[in-house]
Amino acid sequence: MTGTGTVEDLLRTLAPRVLAVLVRRHGQFDACEDAVQEALLAAAVQWPADGVPDEPAGWLVTVAGRRLTDQWRSESARRRRETAVAVAQPYHELITPSPAEELDRHVDDTLTLLFLCCHPSLSAPSQVALTLRAVGGLTTEQIARAFLVPETTMGQRISRAKQKIKEAGATFAMPAGPERAERLAVVLHVLYLIFNEGYTATSGPDLQRVELTGEAIRLTREVRRLLADDDPAAGEAAGLLALMLLTDSRRATRATPDGALVPLAEQDRARWDAALIREGTELTERTMATAALGPYQLQAAIAAVHAEAASTAETDWRQILVLYEILDRMAPNPMVTLNRAVATAQVHGPRAGLALLDGLAGDKRVAGNHRLDAVRGHLLELAGDPAAAREAYTRAARRTVSRPEQRYLEAKAAHLR
Amino acid sequence: MKFLLIMQVNPAVLEALTEAERDSIGAGHENFMKTVRESGEFIGTQALADPANSVTVRGTGGVPAVTDGPFLEAKEFMGGYYMVDVESKERAVELAQLIPDAKFNGLSIEVRPIMFEAGFDM
Repeated sequence: MTGTGTVEDLLRTLAPRVLAVLVRRHGQFDACEDAVQEALLAAAVQWPADGVPDEPAGWLVTVAGRRLTDQWRSESARRRRETAVAVAQPYHELITPSPAEELDRHVDDTLTLLFLCCHPSLSAPSQVALTLRAVGGLTTEQIARAFLVPETTMGQRISRAKQKIKEAGATFAMPAGPERAERLAVVLHVLYLIFNEGYTATSGPDLQRVELTGEAIRLTREVRRLLADDDPAAGEAAGLLALMLLTDSRRATRATPDGALVPLAEQDRARWDAALIREGTELTERTMATAALGPYQLQAAIAAVHAEAASTAETDWRQILVLYEILDRMAPNPMVTLNRAVATAQVHGPRAGLALLDGLAGDKRVAGNHRLDAVRGHLLELAGDPAAAREAYTRAARRTVSRPEQRYLEAKAAHLR
Repeated sequence: MKFLLIMQVNPAVLEALTEAERDSIGAGHENFMKTVRESGEFIGTQALADPANSVTVRGTGGVPAVTDGPFLEAKEFMGGYYMVDVESKERAVELAQLIPDAKFNGLSIEVRPIMFEAGFDM
């Protein structure tokens, strides 16, 4: 009746709602999260065989609730008495009080869960792992595989993260006031990290890991849907989503079938995903016209300018340069300056771009980074200095920890010999 | 980001250690393992046998030449490694400083990023 793909999609959508119901009922985020994971695994086995229950969310809440009580029962008699009371309450009433009320609650719940998973006391890899499991509904095994670490390592990372949240005294409550905006910025950053990990695998043989980009887009869509249009963070959530869509539109052309990197200038633009470009561009234009400007919107706008051009030569580099200049003022960062140097070279010539790079030489955040040398090589090549370009490409090739990037940079250096 | 924390050892230094120092290194490695396992950063570790056991196969532009002994006769050699997956290079260095070897003159830990891996059980 129902394919496993649809069951999995359904489970992933329900996961944060079910978890929120349990956490609100029992507290103890860590124990509830484990119980929900077990219920999801049980459903993944049973539903494709027996069919999806009439009230899938209620089924999951009941099963996860039983796991919780089983666990507590084995812990102590005192617990046993407490949970016997809890179990007597029908769970489905908790999740469907009234359609309108449930919807409101669902909005707050998923956001509150995201805030908890992206708690500032956690390291970025822990925030990423916990978000994918508790909000994304992925299993530990799936997350471990996506990040190429053993399952025990990922399992430990997740349980340590939950322990840290507990120690930090964080509760299942929506942060208020200026804290909400700060925490939401962290949530968006974590989603950005998930996307980036999928798009440019930070290390390893493959340039991109599709399942992570898909998951990041799904979760960012969800966040955007959950924020009111007049929420101060809504503009940046939309900007981030647009940036992901526009970046992902180039996925099929970023690498050759054997995994070699293809730079933007050489990508077959006819194969860029037109639907993603349309959605990303419209979203960018609509958002920038109404919301307060932010770094994600600016990056989306830059991606949109690239997307509308038929080639590098026909790209509106002046507009890209203006956008990078605003971005570099708004969120100064050496990586932005690197990109600004590339755009500067297109508008004012390669020497002007190289002059910008010289200003970065003393910046500790980027000195020794392979990207600085890769860009320098590119600009020196444009400036007609192949010997110096070759040297820069060779330095960059030695510095990168990505195999496809290394192959690309080595080929560039060899080409200039 | 994955890193190899490579323990470079000098056998003369190891031999000169007192019994108590040797014990403290052993206990220190146990503590270190516990720390990285619990934090969810541990991927694997191996200790290598003395290079006196090595055989080296050398490229000769055709037929590989086989000789007994290590690739390089050196005072220091790779004694073993930890493989970790961490947030940043800074964290990798912080972990390397926790390895007990780092307290002794003549023992070092090299922190080196991993680029490609295959065949681990992941």
